[in-house]
Amino acid sequence: MKSCLIIITLCLAGAGWLKAQQVQAISVDELNTRISVKNDSVYIVNFWATWCKPCVKELPNFHRLEKVYKNDKLKVLLVSLDFPAEIDKTLIPFMKKTALTNTFFISDKNQQEYIGKIESQWSGSIPVTLFIKNTKRHFVEETLTYKELSRYYKTIQQ
Amino acid sequence: MKTLITLLFITCCLNSQAQTLTLTPGSAAPAIKLKNINGKTVSFADYPLAKGFIIAFICNTCPYSKAYEQRVIALNNKFSPLGFPVIAINPNDAQISNGDSFTDMKTYAKSKGFNFPYLYDEGQVVTSAYGAKSTPHLFILSKNENAITVEYTGALDNDTPDTDPSKIKYAEEAVNALLEKKKPALAVTRAIGCRVKWKKS
Repeated sequence: MKSCLIIITLCLAGAGWLKAQQVQAISVDELNTRISVKNDSVYIVNFWATWCKPCVKELPNFHRLEKVYKNDKLKVLLVSLDFPAEIDKTLIPFMKKTALTNTFFISDKNQQEYIGKIESQWSGSIPVTLFIKNTKRHFVEETLTYKELSRYYKTIQQ
Repeated sequence: MKTLITLLFITCCLNSQAQTLTLTPGSAAPAIKLKNINGKTVSFADYPLAKGFIIAFICNTCPYSKAYEQRVIALNNKFSPLGFPVIAINPNDAQISNGDSFTDMKTYAKSKGFNFPYLYDEGQVVTSAYGAKSTPHLFILSKNENAITVEYTGALDNDTPDTDPSKIKYAEEAVNALLEKKKPALAVTRAIGCRVKWKKS
């Protein structure tokens, strides 16, 4: 009985750890603060959702870019727009399956409002990707192949 | 400056996905003459008594669009008798978007009980003219004797999961304002959803 309890506790702690490692809640204000740090790093922020097929298809490109440029000052953040009710049900199982990291979900409730706070010209469609380095900022409302992604990265890096 | 030019350059070159500007409120509404799933052509002239239209760009395949389809049906039930019928248009290129062909549209509309025309936009001409960005993307139009005008563009409401009792029903509020001969208080919202699947150029 005791060992059973220990196993249950470990499983629960493990699940919590996995959630913390793979998917973190972030408010739009926190996100904006994080990506406006002027430190010569390039931030690439991709907004996606598990319900968006083209988004899911392009996710591995970001993973690949991180690997290829692992010695660069490059930070890739994957920000999911999945609904709060879908985080445990859909997003976390998806993340486990794909082994993607650096994934966040927006904790703000009002999508209409927070989309404008992230980028005023964003129509609302996904996927979209933000490329940021110091004061340079480029917003791309398109689906990106690996080739396109790496070209945008190299351009903002210059 | 050099970076900016390079960015502009690659934006142009990479731009295989058509980028058209969304019509702003006050613009003249481009004409529609598209094939409905029943094989008949639909245009504004088919509705001589209409006071306006609710144009809904929706599709068969986007989960975000699907989340709204019952609410689009409800909009038509409520506002068609008051002179604002729903006309739905599938904006996706059938070659790119598997499941959005004309045949698929017929089957889908039947299974979901669409009670409004569901039009196939051959060549994405109307989608491009309106600058629809995503599914769902709504355009609410007013009609007077000599003009059809865009009055509202954007989302149906601000609660996609449909769980918030205090949601703001943007589309309903816009039509209600127009029925009272007023301009919608909120004329543009963001059309959150799946990007329109454009034909590869």
